[in-house]
Amino acid sequence: MSGSCYQGKNSIPHLTSEKLLIKGGRVVNDDQSLYADVYIEDGLIKQVGENLVVPGGVRVIEANGRMVIPGGIDVNTCLMKPYLGTYPVDDFLQGTKAALAGGTTMIIDHVTPQPGDSLLDAFEHWQEAADKRACCDYSLHVDIPQWNEAVKDELELLVQEKGINSFQVYMAYKDVYQMSDSELYEAFSFLKQLGAVVLVHAENGDLIAQEQRKILGMGITGPEGHPLSRPEELEAEAVFRAITLGNRVNCPVYITKVMSKSAADTITQAKRKGSVVFGEPITASLATDGSNYWSKNWAKAAAYVTSPPLSPDPTTPDHLHTLLACGDLQVVGSAHCTYSTSQKAIGKDDFTLIPEGINGVEERMGFVWDKAVAMGKMDENQFVAVTSTNAAKIFNLYPRKGRIAVGSDADVVIWDPDSIKTITAKLQQSASEYNIFEGLECRGGPVLVLSQGHVVYEEGKLQVQQGTGRFIPCKPFPDYAYQRIKFRNQVRGNQGVSRGMYDGPVYDVTPTPKYITPAPSAKTSPTSHQPPPVRNLHQSNFSLSGAQIDDNVPRRSGHRIVAPPGGRSNITSLG
Amino acid sequence: MSYQGKKNIPKITSDRLLIKGGRIVNDDQSFHADIYMEDGLIKQIGDNLIVPGGVKTIEAQGKMVIPGGIDIHTHFQMPYRGTTTVDDFAQGSKAALAGGTTMIVDHVIPEPGSSLVEAFDQWRQWADEKACCDYSLHVDVTHWNDSVKQELDSLIKDKGVNSFQVYMAYKDYYQMSNSELYEVFTFLAERGGIAQVHAENGEIIAEEQARMLQMGITGPEGHVLSRPEELEAEAVFRAITIASQTNCPLYVTRVMSKSAADIISQARKKGNVVFGEPITASLGTDGTHYWSKNWAKAASFVTSPPLSPDPTTPDYLNTLLSSGDLSVTGSAHCTFSVSQKAIGKDDFTQIPEGVNGVEERMALIWDKAVTTGKMDENMFVAVTSTNAAKILNLYPRKGRIAVGSDADLVIWDTDSIRTITAKTHNSAAEYNVFEGMELRGAPLVVICQGKIVLEDGNLHVTSGVGRFIPCSPFPDFAYKRVKARKQLAVLRAVPRGMYDGPVSEFSMSRGGTPSASARTSPTKQPVRNLHQSGFSLAGNPAPCGPPTPDDIPIRPAGRRIVVPPGGRSNITSLS
Repeated sequence: MSGSCYQGKNSIPHLTSEKLLIKGGRVVNDDQSLYADVYIEDGLIKQVGENLVVPGGVRVIEANGRMVIPGGIDVNTCLMKPYLGTYPVDDFLQGTKAALAGGTTMIIDHVTPQPGDSLLDAFEHWQEAADKRACCDYSLHVDIPQWNEAVKDELELLVQEKGINSFQVYMAYKDVYQMSDSELYEAFSFLKQLGAVVLVHAENGDLIAQEQRKILGMGITGPEGHPLSRPEELEAEAVFRAITLGNRVNCPVYITKVMSKSAADTITQAKRKGSVVFGEPITASLATDGSNYWSKNWAKAAAYVTSPPLSPDPTTPDHLHTLLACGDLQVVGSAHCTYSTSQKAIGKDDFTLIPEGINGVEERMGFVWDKAVAMGKMDENQFVAVTSTNAAKIFNLYPRKGRIAVGSDADVVIWDPDSIKTITAKLQQSASEYNIFEGLECRGGPVLVLSQGHVVYEEGKLQVQQGTGRFIPCKPFPDYAYQRIKFRNQVRGNQGVSRGMYDGPVYDVTPTPKYITPAPSAKTSPTSHQPPPVRNLHQSNFSLSGAQIDDNVPRRSGHRIVAPPGGRSNITSLG
Repeated sequence: MSYQGKKNIPKITSDRLLIKGGRIVNDDQSFHADIYMEDGLIKQIGDNLIVPGGVKTIEAQGKMVIPGGIDIHTHFQMPYRGTTTVDDFAQGSKAALAGGTTMIVDHVIPEPGSSLVEAFDQWRQWADEKACCDYSLHVDVTHWNDSVKQELDSLIKDKGVNSFQVYMAYKDYYQMSNSELYEVFTFLAERGGIAQVHAENGEIIAEEQARMLQMGITGPEGHVLSRPEELEAEAVFRAITIASQTNCPLYVTRVMSKSAADIISQARKKGNVVFGEPITASLGTDGTHYWSKNWAKAASFVTSPPLSPDPTTPDYLNTLLSSGDLSVTGSAHCTFSVSQKAIGKDDFTQIPEGVNGVEERMALIWDKAVTTGKMDENMFVAVTSTNAAKILNLYPRKGRIAVGSDADLVIWDTDSIRTITAKTHNSAAEYNVFEGMELRGAPLVVICQGKIVLEDGNLHVTSGVGRFIPCSPFPDFAYKRVKARKQLAVLRAVPRGMYDGPVSEFSMSRGGTPSASARTSPTKQPVRNLHQSGFSLAGNPAPCGPPTPDDIPIRPAGRRIVVPPGGRSNITSLS
């Protein structure tokens, strides 16, 4: 698959050479910054260093001491997500153009099959569309709209043959995509075996359905009903539950679209306790807030509708940037999914029908720079980590993507930390009428963008050709997520206590049990499998200091343990 | 009603009692005063009381006189698969009185599908026949439908029940879905009931139980391994979220772990109306005994949520109880004989759940919290008696030494030391989960309904004298705040003109976020209040939030808002 569309590049205008030398730049990776030249040939970085020996006829780009960073990776876009028969206005062409203009050289799009659709068919449909239209490299997440046996085979195929290593499950959208806790447990267990990353849309769908009914019943039908029916504690609750499930199954959990302080705090606390969890704030939650849902302009208010909603708390963006800077949140996506106003107007009389989605793929890198680096929260290396490197690591694309190093793909951006632009829908690449960041000033932006070794953006001009984007397959078991999981697997393993058989009296139970905690599986006989006498408490999360006093004192059998007060019983020792 | 049977109590010569020279300890203050009681009520408090002749006088000699304890959580005479717990109302309330507890609140557990009122009447009958001290009842809601609503109405209005327990565990049996919980909480909030919740994630427990049994772990250690404390914490978190959405006071029964207690603590700091009830067992012992080689001993600790294997748990819970983050203490006294426990000898999921603790409750808290300096004597009274009376709306009849209050009081000996053992306890169970523990502090004299029931180490109880104490709805302790919030929590729609722009064609056949209710017309009321939706008040957006540029001034209708980059759309302004 990869490379199949790679040949079409020589028709890209303004490209005089496949060989490029970036001179005099400061190469910024997630771990260090150093002054070095970068030599690029055939879409790969061939040399990094000073005084490079390069062939003649090489195009030289003078970086003049500016930052040379790995191209951004936007881990969350929805460029083809159908909604009631309509599609987002930014397709793979328009969306990737916007991405490149913002310094993002790779996107990971969500394949969103409807319940009942084949995941495989949907995947192929998406891949075909992207191969034709995308102008930058891309990978795909596949969303699991419902859980059943048939899905399992498809998942296995997608992981093993199709290059998919991440799947999204939903805790919201009751009666459509939502999975129960039991289904989530099974899905997590299954995906863990495959070595995939579980992406979770975390909101409590049951409660949202109740709240939506209540709010519509009160006569609130406008976009303000959207955040009112989806308060942030429902997001935090679901995040907490998803992490609990992840802990039980021992599976990495990735929370898409972290929109509120309480959800982010829940992730932070879980990380403190050792959970393997990743949090993805998006451009919108990092740069704006939910107060616009109350705009008198319906179309504007509707433009902000996304789920989980933007928090009406205006201190949210700042808080999320702080957590991003300290590493509690790891990656930044955009959840770019734009609908025109006429599409949004499907929900003009009922906020629950407004198609959900906002822009952000173009603004993503700029806002992280403006609000985190320029504010002194984050350094340039962490900036590279959250906009590119961590994403590459989580989805097992590192170091091919997310790093400037010999052998890596030549997706490189020369970044100007001082350029200032005002965001407006008039000047954006996206086809949507509204830009939710309209009027915001943003410091920092790309001067020049290289994708696959070609200059695609220079001096504010895009030079792209549709169909040049390649599908980048992702392998399962990314080390960044799974190394810890593997070790934990080894130390987990519960052991039963080896005891003699209980031989005392047993109360005669009525054959049809009434009060029980029903076990789904058949009962096993107690002696058929005698586990070894050691035990390991690691899995159940409690402190290891909880050894019990009678560990080392095995009781002699036949010894009476307790004389019951009334002397009514005749229990024998079981040691 | 059963109040007349008292005259055959031995050794009581008079209805009139005088306690001289004691130090009265209420939850708010301690002071030296004499107490005169007549006809089961406290008639006078003060120095140099003028009392009729022939009064029996008890010399307290400076010892503490405290309101009798209220054990807010017991399961006496609980039916279980054709048998009942070994402590019936007589045995159980006798044990309670022996420990200084003069009132118990038992749980009525109707079979799913059966009538709540009938179950309530049945429990009333059992208790009226046998109880030796006053009692109230909680009713557990084990299924949910419209007829249950009517029964709840009648229980609240006519039967004197104000607290109802719902279950988040016991999948396919008692467990309720999030939507059902939402409806129950909404209903109880309207009627002034207290929502009690058994908080454990039943779906994950079912999966974990299946996994444990499959691994060959069938002993009692499987109980705690399949119910790790994070499942308790998860459910507590979820219950608090739902209660906050429905503005209903929440009461978490049986707080067994540090993480669950932490969640309650955090929620209280955020302003949630939530009460946590640790029990004698979680305050006094830990879950390491589940690994005992003695099956019968290990099984005697089986209760749900399980005791935490972390041995620092009791100390931690005592600290939170002292700081007021946890509010009341129960015992969840529910005792089975070893032969009854042995129903689950081959499968831990079949072990009947329950531990003892009604007799040890007060002394244990004194020993672990007061003598260690965590808590003062007034707080001791609050957590063992007063707070329970307030939650049940029985204050100041119960839970306080004041003129007009019931004459349930205890002369407390702060220094006596006892060793707990099944040989001498008043419960009929063969095992005591606190076996061998030395406890400082014990009741010296216990007075119940104005009669001496414990004196000089001798119990003089009469079965059947216990009265049912009806609890009225809307207890101030829980509902004052809720009522105030209810007034604030009115959501308003934003008044906007109708959207009159183009609407995309769409098909409702599949996908989307379907709304449960019918659509209603927009724009009703001009003001709004976000209090109910639970986000921080600091984040209160418009009208006081930042005005968005295009809100002011309101655009004239018919004016074009946005020129989309492609010029493809023709949106009109909607102001």
